[in-house]
Amino acid sequence: MLTRRIIPCLDVIRGRVTKGVRFRNNVDLGDPVEIARRYYEDGCDELVVYDITASAEGRPTDLDMVARVARAVRIPFAVGGGIADVADMARALEAGAEKISVNSLAVRRPGIIREGAHAFGSQCVVLGMDPVRTDDRAACPSGYEITIRGFRERTGRDAVEWARQAVDLGAGEIVVNSVDADGTRQGYDLTITRLIAEAVPVPVVASGGAGCAEHLRAAFVEGKADAAIVAGILHTGLTTIERLKRELVEMGVPVRVET
Amino acid sequence: MIAIVDYGAGNLTSVRWALDELGYPSRISSDPAEIVRADRIIFPGVGAAGAAMRHLRDRGLIEILRGAVAAGVPFLGICLGMQILFERTEEDGGVETLGVLAGDVRRFQPSYARDKIPHMGWNLVRWLRPHPVLEGISPTVFYYFVHSYYACPGRPGLTLGAAEYAGVEFCAAAACGSVVATQFHIEKSGRPGLALLDRFARWDGRERPGPARPSEERIC
Repeated sequence: MLTRRIIPCLDVIRGRVTKGVRFRNNVDLGDPVEIARRYYEDGCDELVVYDITASAEGRPTDLDMVARVARAVRIPFAVGGGIADVADMARALEAGAEKISVNSLAVRRPGIIREGAHAFGSQCVVLGMDPVRTDDRAACPSGYEITIRGFRERTGRDAVEWARQAVDLGAGEIVVNSVDADGTRQGYDLTITRLIAEAVPVPVVASGGAGCAEHLRAAFVEGKADAAIVAGILHTGLTTIERLKRELVEMGVPVRVET
Repeated sequence: MIAIVDYGAGNLTSVRWALDELGYPSRISSDPAEIVRADRIIFPGVGAAGAAMRHLRDRGLIEILRGAVAAGVPFLGICLGMQILFERTEEDGGVETLGVLAGDVRRFQPSYARDKIPHMGWNLVRWLRPHPVLEGISPTVFYYFVHSYYACPGRPGLTLGAAEYAGVEFCAAAACGSVVATQFHIEKSGRPGLALLDRFARWDGRERPGPARPSEERIC
Protein backbone atom coordinates (compact mmCIF):
# COMPACT_ATOMS: atom_id res chain seq x y z
CA MET A 1 0.00 0.00 0.00
CA LEU A 2 1.64 3.18 -1.20
CA THR A 3 0.89 6.00 1.24
CA ARG A 4 0.18 9.66 0.51
CA ARG A 5 3.18 11.84 1.31
CA ILE A 6 3.23 14.97 3.45
CA ILE A 7 6.09 17.27 2.51
CA PRO A 8 7.05 20.34 4.54
CA CYS A 9 8.50 23.10 2.41
CA LEU A 10 11.31 25.32 3.65
CA ASP A 11 11.75 28.63 1.84
CA VAL A 12 15.27 29.77 2.62
CA ILE A 13 16.55 33.34 2.30
CA ARG A 14 20.18 33.98 3.16
CA GLY A 15 20.41 30.80 5.18
CA ARG A 16 17.20 31.30 7.17
CA VAL A 17 13.79 29.68 6.73
CA THR A 18 11.22 32.37 6.00
CA LYS A 19 7.53 32.45 5.32
CA GLY A 20 5.71 35.15 3.45
CA VAL A 21 2.50 35.47 1.53
CA ARG A 22 3.14 35.57 -2.20
CA PHE A 23 6.85 36.06 -1.59
CA ARG A 24 6.25 39.20 0.48
CA ASN A 25 6.27 40.11 4.17
CA ASN A 26 8.81 37.43 4.90
CA VAL A 27 9.23 36.39 8.53
CA ASP A 28 12.38 34.70 9.89
CA LEU A 29 11.46 31.26 11.22
CA GLY A 30 14.88 29.84 12.01
CA ASP A 31 17.72 27.61 10.90
CA PRO A 32 16.85 25.27 8.00
CA VAL A 33 18.86 22.36 9.41
CA GLU A 34 17.15 22.52 12.82
CA ILE A 35 13.73 22.87 11.25
CA ALA A 36 14.36 20.04 8.77
CA ARG A 37 15.51 17.77 11.60
CA ARG A 38 12.43 18.63 13.69
CA TYR A 39 10.01 17.81 10.86
CA TYR A 40 11.94 14.63 10.07
CA GLU A 41 11.71 13.48 13.68
CA ASP A 42 8.04 14.37 13.72
CA GLY A 43 7.41 11.93 10.85
CA CYS A 44 7.31 13.94 7.62
CA ASP A 45 7.75 11.82 4.49
CA GLU A 46 10.01 14.09 2.48
CA LEU A 47 11.21 17.69 2.47
CA VAL A 48 11.55 20.46 -0.07
CA VAL A 49 14.15 23.17 0.40
CA TYR A 50 13.95 26.21 -1.85
CA ASP A 51 16.84 28.65 -1.93
CA ILE A 52 14.31 31.21 -3.07
CA THR A 53 16.52 34.21 -3.69
CA ALA A 54 19.44 32.38 -5.33
CA SER A 55 18.30 32.90 -8.92
CA ALA A 56 17.29 36.53 -8.33
CA GLU A 57 20.67 37.21 -6.72
CA GLY A 58 22.40 35.50 -9.63
CA ARG A 59 24.21 32.98 -7.43
CA PRO A 60 24.17 29.17 -7.31
CA THR A 61 22.28 27.11 -4.74
CA ASP A 62 23.63 27.28 -1.19
CA LEU A 63 25.28 23.85 -1.31
CA ASP A 64 26.65 24.09 2.19
CA MET A 65 23.08 24.37 3.46
CA VAL A 66 22.01 21.44 1.24
CA ALA A 67 24.82 19.30 2.63
CA ARG A 68 23.96 20.19 6.23
CA VAL A 69 20.30 19.28 5.67
CA ALA A 70 21.42 15.99 4.07
CA ARG A 71 23.46 15.13 7.15
CA ALA A 72 20.59 15.97 9.48
CA VAL A 73 17.74 13.95 7.95
CA ARG A 74 17.36 10.34 6.80
CA ILE A 75 14.52 11.00 4.37
CA PRO A 76 14.55 12.26 0.78
CA PHE A 77 14.48 15.93 -0.01
CA ALA A 78 14.28 18.07 -3.10
CA VAL A 79 16.23 21.26 -3.70
CA GLY A 80 15.18 24.20 -5.83
CA GLY A 81 16.48 27.68 -6.57
CA GLY A 82 19.77 28.70 -8.10
CA ILE A 83 19.89 25.83 -10.59
CA ALA A 84 21.12 27.00 -14.00
CA ASP A 85 22.35 23.82 -15.68
CA VAL A 86 23.04 20.11 -15.33
CA ALA A 87 26.33 20.79 -13.52
CA ASP A 88 24.37 22.67 -10.81
CA MET A 89 21.99 19.73 -10.56
CA ALA A 90 24.90 17.32 -10.16
CA ARG A 91 26.39 19.43 -7.36
CA ALA A 92 23.11 19.55 -5.44
CA LEU A 93 22.66 15.79 -5.81
CA GLU A 94 26.23 15.18 -4.68
CA ALA A 95 25.58 17.37 -1.65
CA GLY A 96 22.87 14.87 -0.68
CA ALA A 97 19.60 16.01 -2.26
CA GLU A 98 17.43 13.32 -3.90
CA LYS A 99 15.64 15.51 -6.37
CA ILE A 100 16.11 18.82 -8.12
CA SER A 101 13.17 21.10 -8.65
CA VAL A 102 13.18 23.38 -11.68
CA ASN A 103 10.55 26.03 -12.33
CA SER A 104 11.26 29.30 -14.19
CA LEU A 105 14.40 27.81 -15.73
CA ALA A 106 12.40 24.96 -17.29
CA VAL A 107 9.91 27.41 -18.82
CA ARG A 108 12.71 29.44 -20.37
CA ARG A 109 14.76 26.40 -21.37
CA PRO A 110 12.67 23.18 -21.40
CA GLY A 111 15.69 21.20 -22.58
CA ILE A 112 17.04 21.31 -19.01
CA ILE A 113 14.39 18.71 -18.06
CA ARG A 114 15.59 16.30 -20.72
CA GLU A 115 19.24 16.91 -19.84
CA GLY A 116 18.59 16.32 -16.13
CA ALA A 117 16.51 13.20 -16.74
CA HIS A 118 19.13 11.81 -19.10
CA ALA A 119 21.97 12.46 -16.67
CA PHE A 120 20.32 11.40 -13.38
CA GLY A 121 17.02 9.70 -14.24
CA SER A 122 13.51 11.14 -14.27
CA GLN A 123 13.03 10.45 -10.57
CA CYS A 124 15.56 13.21 -9.85
CA VAL A 125 13.84 15.89 -11.92
CA VAL A 126 10.85 17.64 -10.38
CA LEU A 127 8.95 20.28 -12.31
CA GLY A 128 7.72 23.03 -10.01
CA MET A 129 4.97 25.17 -11.52
CA ASP A 130 3.06 28.21 -10.32
CA PRO A 131 -0.26 28.29 -12.18
CA VAL A 132 -2.70 31.18 -11.78
CA ARG A 133 -6.38 31.24 -12.78
CA THR A 134 -7.09 33.06 -16.02
CA ASP A 135 -10.11 33.94 -18.13
CA ASP A 136 -8.06 33.77 -21.29
CA ARG A 137 -9.35 30.38 -22.46
CA ALA A 138 -8.00 30.97 -25.95
CA ALA A 139 -4.38 30.92 -24.76
CA CYS A 140 -5.00 28.67 -21.74
CA PRO A 141 -7.83 26.16 -22.36
CA SER A 142 -7.46 24.69 -18.87
CA GLY A 143 -8.20 28.10 -17.33
CA TYR A 144 -4.76 28.17 -15.68
CA GLU A 145 -1.71 30.07 -16.86
CA ILE A 146 1.89 29.42 -15.88
CA THR A 147 3.68 32.21 -14.02
CA ILE A 148 7.41 32.40 -13.42
CA ARG A 149 9.90 34.32 -11.29
CA GLY A 150 7.94 33.87 -8.09
CA PHE A 151 4.53 34.71 -9.57
CA ARG A 152 5.87 38.02 -10.96
CA GLU A 153 5.67 37.19 -14.63
CA ARG A 154 2.85 35.63 -16.64
CA THR A 155 3.85 33.47 -19.58
CA GLY A 156 0.63 33.05 -21.56
CA ARG A 157 1.16 29.28 -21.41
CA ASP A 158 -1.43 26.72 -20.42
CA ALA A 159 -0.60 24.90 -17.19
CA VAL A 160 -1.90 21.46 -18.22
CA GLU A 161 -0.22 21.65 -21.61
CA TRP A 162 3.07 22.56 -19.92
CA ALA A 163 2.72 19.66 -17.47
CA ARG A 164 2.27 17.20 -20.35
CA GLN A 165 5.22 18.64 -22.23
CA ALA A 166 7.46 18.53 -19.14
CA VAL A 167 6.64 14.86 -18.55
CA ASP A 168 7.36 14.08 -22.21
CA LEU A 169 10.74 15.72 -21.70
CA GLY A 170 11.43 13.55 -18.66
CA ALA A 171 10.07 15.23 -15.51
CA GLY A 172 9.43 12.55 -12.89
CA GLU A 173 7.15 14.52 -10.60
CA ILE A 174 5.17 17.76 -10.74
CA VAL A 175 4.60 20.19 -7.89
CA VAL A 176 1.47 22.24 -8.60
CA ASN A 177 1.73 25.39 -6.53
CA SER A 178 -1.40 27.49 -6.98
CA VAL A 179 -0.71 31.21 -7.02
CA ASP A 180 -4.32 31.90 -6.04
CA ALA A 181 -4.30 29.55 -3.04
CA ASP A 182 -0.73 30.16 -1.83
CA GLY A 183 -0.61 31.46 1.71
CA THR A 184 -4.40 31.64 2.10
CA ARG A 185 -4.86 28.55 4.33
CA GLN A 186 -8.25 28.14 2.61
CA GLY A 187 -7.33 24.83 0.99
CA TYR A 188 -5.43 23.68 -2.09
CA ASP A 189 -6.73 24.57 -5.55
CA LEU A 190 -8.33 21.19 -6.20
CA THR A 191 -9.30 22.01 -9.79
CA ILE A 192 -5.82 22.53 -11.19
CA THR A 193 -4.35 19.79 -8.98
CA ARG A 194 -6.83 17.28 -10.38
CA LEU A 195 -6.52 18.52 -13.97
CA ILE A 196 -2.79 17.90 -13.86
CA ALA A 197 -2.97 14.66 -11.86
CA GLU A 198 -5.32 13.24 -14.51
CA ALA A 199 -3.23 14.56 -17.40
CA VAL A 200 0.16 13.06 -16.51
CA PRO A 201 1.40 9.57 -15.60
CA VAL A 202 3.87 10.78 -12.93
CA PRO A 203 3.23 11.68 -9.28
CA VAL A 204 1.65 15.09 -8.62
CA VAL A 205 2.20 17.14 -5.48
CA ALA A 206 -0.44 19.66 -4.35
CA SER A 207 0.97 22.91 -3.02
CA GLY A 208 -0.34 26.19 -1.65
CA GLY A 209 -3.25 26.80 0.66
CA ALA A 210 -3.02 24.09 3.33
CA GLY A 211 -4.87 25.15 6.47
CA CYS A 212 -5.87 21.88 8.11
CA ALA A 213 -5.95 18.08 7.67
CA GLU A 214 -9.23 18.26 5.75
CA HIS A 215 -7.48 20.30 3.05
CA LEU A 216 -4.90 17.54 2.65
CA ARG A 217 -7.61 14.88 2.49
CA ALA A 218 -9.34 16.87 -0.24
CA ALA A 219 -6.07 17.24 -2.19
CA PHE A 220 -5.51 13.47 -2.06
CA VAL A 221 -9.09 12.38 -2.76
CA GLU A 222 -10.76 15.11 -4.86
CA GLY A 223 -7.49 16.58 -6.19
CA LYS A 224 -6.01 13.10 -6.85
CA ALA A 225 -2.63 14.28 -5.59
CA ASP A 226 0.02 11.76 -4.58
CA ALA A 227 1.59 14.10 -2.07
CA ALA A 228 0.94 17.48 -0.50
CA ILE A 229 3.20 20.33 0.53
CA VAL A 230 2.60 21.99 3.87
CA ALA A 231 4.39 25.09 5.09
CA GLY A 232 2.79 27.94 7.06
CA ILE A 233 0.63 25.87 9.39
CA LEU A 234 3.67 23.87 10.48
CA HIS A 235 6.10 26.77 10.69
CA THR A 236 3.78 28.80 12.92
CA GLY A 237 3.06 25.84 15.17
CA LEU A 238 -0.65 25.77 14.29
CA THR A 239 -0.34 22.01 13.86
CA THR A 240 2.31 19.29 13.60
CA ILE A 241 3.06 16.51 11.11
CA GLU A 242 2.20 13.96 13.76
CA ARG A 243 -1.22 15.56 14.37
CA LEU A 244 -1.99 15.99 10.65
CA LYS A 245 -1.22 12.31 10.08
CA ARG A 246 -3.34 11.20 13.02
CA GLU A 247 -6.27 13.21 11.65
CA LEU A 248 -5.75 11.83 8.14
CA VAL A 249 -5.71 8.26 9.46
CA GLU A 250 -9.07 8.97 11.14
CA MET A 251 -10.38 10.19 7.78
CA GLY A 252 -9.28 6.92 6.17
CA VAL A 253 -6.39 8.37 4.15
CA PRO A 254 -3.39 6.01 3.89
CA VAL A 255 -0.40 7.79 5.43
CA ARG A 256 2.78 6.41 6.95
CA VAL A 257 2.88 6.16 10.70
CA GLU A 258 5.92 4.55 12.28
CA THR A 259 5.27 1.28 14.04
CA MET B 1 35.64 -0.78 6.94
CA ILE B 2 32.54 -0.57 4.77
CA ALA B 3 33.11 0.26 1.11
CA ILE B 4 30.37 2.23 -0.65
CA VAL B 5 30.87 1.48 -4.32
CA ASP B 6 31.12 4.62 -6.43
CA TYR B 7 30.37 3.88 -10.06
CA GLY B 8 28.85 7.16 -11.16
CA ALA B 9 25.30 6.10 -10.35
CA GLY B 10 23.77 7.97 -7.60
CA ASN B 11 23.43 9.24 -4.19
CA LEU B 12 26.37 7.89 -2.25
CA THR B 13 26.57 10.70 0.28
CA SER B 14 23.23 9.71 1.81
CA VAL B 15 24.52 6.20 2.49
CA ARG B 16 27.66 7.69 4.00
CA TRP B 17 25.72 10.00 6.34
CA ALA B 18 23.45 7.16 7.43
CA LEU B 19 26.48 5.02 8.35
CA ASP B 20 28.03 8.04 10.10
CA GLU B 21 24.91 8.48 12.19
CA LEU B 22 25.15 4.82 13.22
CA GLY B 23 28.86 5.19 13.96
CA TYR B 24 30.28 2.86 11.28
CA PRO B 25 33.38 4.00 9.36
CA SER B 26 32.92 3.87 5.59
CA ARG B 27 34.63 4.95 2.42
CA ILE B 28 33.15 5.93 -0.91
CA SER B 29 35.39 4.22 -3.43
CA SER B 30 35.71 3.24 -7.06
CA ASP B 31 39.15 1.71 -6.51
CA PRO B 32 39.07 -2.08 -7.10
CA ALA B 33 42.05 -2.60 -4.75
CA GLU B 34 40.26 -0.81 -1.93
CA ILE B 35 36.89 -2.51 -2.51
CA VAL B 36 38.57 -5.94 -2.48
CA ARG B 37 39.91 -5.25 1.01
CA ALA B 38 36.60 -4.05 2.49
CA ASP B 39 34.92 -5.99 5.32
CA ARG B 40 31.58 -5.36 3.73
CA ILE B 41 30.28 -3.72 0.59
CA ILE B 42 27.34 -1.44 -0.05
CA PHE B 43 26.32 -1.16 -3.67
CA PRO B 44 23.86 1.74 -4.05
CA GLY B 45 22.60 3.26 -7.25
CA VAL B 46 20.03 5.43 -8.95
CA GLY B 47 19.68 6.08 -12.65
CA ALA B 48 19.65 3.76 -15.62
CA ALA B 49 20.94 0.18 -15.78
CA GLY B 50 22.73 0.48 -19.13
CA ALA B 51 24.89 3.40 -18.04
CA ALA B 52 25.53 1.76 -14.67
CA MET B 53 26.85 -1.43 -16.32
CA ARG B 54 29.08 0.64 -18.61
CA HIS B 55 30.52 2.51 -15.63
CA LEU B 56 31.18 -0.75 -13.78
CA ARG B 57 32.93 -2.22 -16.81
CA ASP B 58 35.01 0.93 -17.39
CA ARG B 59 36.19 0.92 -13.78
CA GLY B 60 37.02 -2.79 -13.77
CA LEU B 61 34.51 -3.48 -11.02
CA ILE B 62 32.38 -6.28 -12.45
CA GLU B 63 34.69 -9.16 -11.48
CA ILE B 64 35.57 -7.46 -8.18
CA LEU B 65 31.91 -7.41 -7.14
CA ARG B 66 31.22 -10.96 -8.32
CA GLY B 67 34.34 -12.11 -6.50
CA ALA B 68 33.30 -10.43 -3.25
CA VAL B 69 29.92 -12.17 -3.38
CA ALA B 70 31.56 -15.53 -4.13
CA ALA B 71 33.92 -15.00 -1.17
CA GLY B 72 30.99 -14.42 1.19
CA VAL B 73 31.67 -10.75 1.94
CA PRO B 74 28.49 -9.19 3.42
CA PHE B 75 27.03 -7.32 0.48
CA LEU B 76 24.10 -4.88 0.37
CA GLY B 77 22.58 -3.77 -2.94
CA ILE B 78 20.23 -0.79 -2.86
CA CYS B 79 17.65 0.18 -5.52
CA LEU B 80 19.44 0.06 -8.90
CA GLY B 81 22.23 -1.69 -7.00
CA MET B 82 19.73 -4.46 -6.22
CA GLN B 83 18.39 -4.65 -9.77
CA ILE B 84 21.74 -5.08 -11.45
CA LEU B 85 22.63 -7.98 -9.14
CA PHE B 86 20.10 -10.00 -11.18
CA GLU B 87 20.78 -11.50 -14.61
CA ARG B 88 19.11 -9.05 -16.93
CA THR B 89 16.76 -6.08 -17.07
CA GLU B 90 14.18 -4.79 -19.53
CA GLU B 91 15.54 -1.28 -19.02
CA ASP B 92 17.38 0.49 -21.87
CA GLY B 93 16.08 -2.00 -24.42
CA GLY B 94 17.43 -5.00 -22.48
CA VAL B 95 20.74 -5.14 -20.60
CA GLU B 96 22.70 -8.12 -19.28
CA THR B 97 23.57 -7.38 -15.67
CA LEU B 98 25.80 -8.95 -13.00
CA GLY B 99 23.99 -12.25 -12.63
CA VAL B 100 24.80 -12.66 -8.95
CA LEU B 101 21.14 -13.39 -8.20
CA ALA B 102 18.90 -15.54 -10.42
CA GLY B 103 16.09 -13.67 -12.10
CA ASP B 104 15.31 -10.65 -14.20
CA VAL B 105 14.06 -7.10 -13.82
CA ARG B 106 10.82 -5.84 -15.38
CA ARG B 107 8.99 -2.56 -15.74
CA PHE B 108 5.79 -1.84 -13.82
CA GLN B 109 2.73 -1.91 -16.06
CA PRO B 110 0.18 0.52 -14.62
CA SER B 111 -3.09 -1.33 -14.08
CA TYR B 112 -5.08 1.84 -13.33
CA ALA B 113 -4.62 5.49 -14.26
CA ARG B 114 -4.01 5.95 -10.53
CA ASP B 115 -0.78 3.94 -10.70
CA LYS B 116 1.88 6.53 -11.37
CA ILE B 117 5.29 5.45 -12.62
CA PRO B 118 7.81 5.75 -10.98
CA HIS B 119 6.52 4.05 -7.86
CA MET B 120 7.53 6.85 -5.52
CA GLY B 121 6.96 7.11 -1.79
CA TRP B 122 6.58 5.08 1.38
CA ASN B 123 5.19 1.60 0.92
CA LEU B 124 4.62 -1.24 3.34
CA VAL B 125 7.08 -4.13 3.15
CA ARG B 126 6.04 -7.51 4.53
CA TRP B 127 8.96 -9.72 5.55
CA LEU B 128 8.41 -13.25 4.28
CA ARG B 129 11.03 -15.28 6.15
CA PRO B 130 13.51 -14.92 8.99
CA HIS B 131 17.01 -13.63 8.28
CA PRO B 132 19.81 -12.43 10.58
CA VAL B 133 19.49 -8.81 9.31
CA LEU B 134 15.80 -8.84 10.30
CA GLU B 135 16.40 -9.65 13.94
CA GLY B 136 14.34 -7.23 16.03
CA ILE B 137 12.66 -5.72 12.93
CA SER B 138 8.82 -5.56 12.80
CA PRO B 139 7.10 -8.01 10.41
CA THR B 140 5.73 -5.11 8.34
CA VAL B 141 7.59 -1.81 7.92
CA PHE B 142 7.23 1.32 5.74
CA TYR B 143 10.26 2.10 3.58
CA TYR B 144 10.91 4.71 0.88
CA PHE B 145 10.82 3.60 -2.76
CA VAL B 146 11.64 5.36 -6.04
CA HIS B 147 11.73 3.05 -9.05
CA SER B 148 10.04 2.08 -12.31
CA TYR B 149 11.48 -1.46 -12.56
CA TYR B 150 11.35 -4.34 -10.11
CA ALA B 151 13.15 -7.66 -9.70
CA CYS B 152 11.49 -11.00 -10.43
CA PRO B 153 13.66 -13.60 -8.69
CA GLY B 154 14.17 -16.75 -10.69
CA ARG B 155 14.23 -19.01 -7.66
CA PRO B 156 11.70 -19.36 -4.87
CA GLY B 157 13.16 -18.37 -1.54
CA LEU B 158 15.24 -15.49 -2.89
CA THR B 159 12.56 -12.97 -1.94
CA LEU B 160 13.00 -11.70 1.60
CA GLY B 161 10.28 -9.03 1.65
CA ALA B 162 7.36 -8.12 -0.59
CA ALA B 163 5.39 -4.96 -1.29
CA GLU B 164 2.44 -4.18 -3.54
CA TYR B 165 2.21 -1.70 -6.36
CA ALA B 166 0.44 -1.37 -9.72
CA GLY B 167 -1.44 -4.59 -9.15
CA VAL B 168 1.61 -6.76 -8.46
CA GLU B 169 3.19 -8.04 -5.30
CA PHE B 170 6.84 -7.46 -6.10
CA CYS B 171 10.18 -8.37 -4.56
CA ALA B 172 11.04 -5.44 -2.27
CA ALA B 173 14.07 -7.21 -0.80
CA ALA B 174 16.04 -10.31 -1.67
CA ALA B 175 18.67 -12.32 0.16
CA CYS B 176 20.96 -15.20 -0.69
CA GLY B 177 24.22 -16.23 0.97
CA SER B 178 26.11 -13.07 1.92
CA VAL B 179 23.93 -10.86 -0.28
CA VAL B 180 21.03 -8.73 0.91
CA ALA B 181 19.36 -6.39 -1.55
CA THR B 182 16.63 -3.83 -1.04
CA GLN B 183 14.61 -2.11 -3.73
CA PHE B 184 13.73 0.61 -1.23
CA HIS B 185 16.20 3.25 -0.10
CA ILE B 186 17.35 1.93 3.25
CA GLU B 187 19.46 5.09 3.70
CA LYS B 188 16.45 7.37 3.18
CA SER B 189 13.85 5.42 5.14
CA GLY B 190 14.13 7.21 8.46
CA ARG B 191 14.59 5.26 11.68
CA PRO B 192 13.31 1.96 10.22
CA GLY B 193 15.92 2.22 7.46
CA LEU B 194 18.67 2.96 9.96
CA ALA B 195 17.62 -0.05 12.06
CA LEU B 196 17.99 -2.36 9.07
CA LEU B 197 21.29 -0.78 7.99
CA ASP B 198 22.57 -1.24 11.54
CA ARG B 199 21.69 -4.96 11.39
CA PHE B 200 23.51 -5.28 8.05
CA ALA B 201 26.60 -3.52 9.43
CA ARG B 202 26.84 -6.09 12.25
CA TRP B 203 26.01 -9.15 10.13
CA ASP B 204 28.67 -11.81 9.48
CA GLY B 205 27.29 -12.64 6.03
CA ARG B 206 25.87 -16.01 6.94
CA GLU B 207 22.20 -16.83 6.56
CA ARG B 208 22.24 -18.84 9.78
CA PRO B 209 24.82 -19.68 12.45
CA GLY B 210 27.35 -22.30 11.40
CA PRO B 211 30.77 -22.58 9.78
CA ALA B 212 31.66 -19.97 7.19
CA ARG B 213 30.90 -21.27 3.74
CA PRO B 214 31.54 -19.35 0.56
CA SER B 215 28.71 -19.80 -1.94
CA GLU B 216 29.39 -22.82 -4.13
CA GLU B 217 27.69 -21.27 -7.08
CA ARG B 218 27.81 -17.78 -8.38
CA ILE B 219 24.12 -17.53 -9.12
CA CYS B 220 21.91 -17.88 -6.07
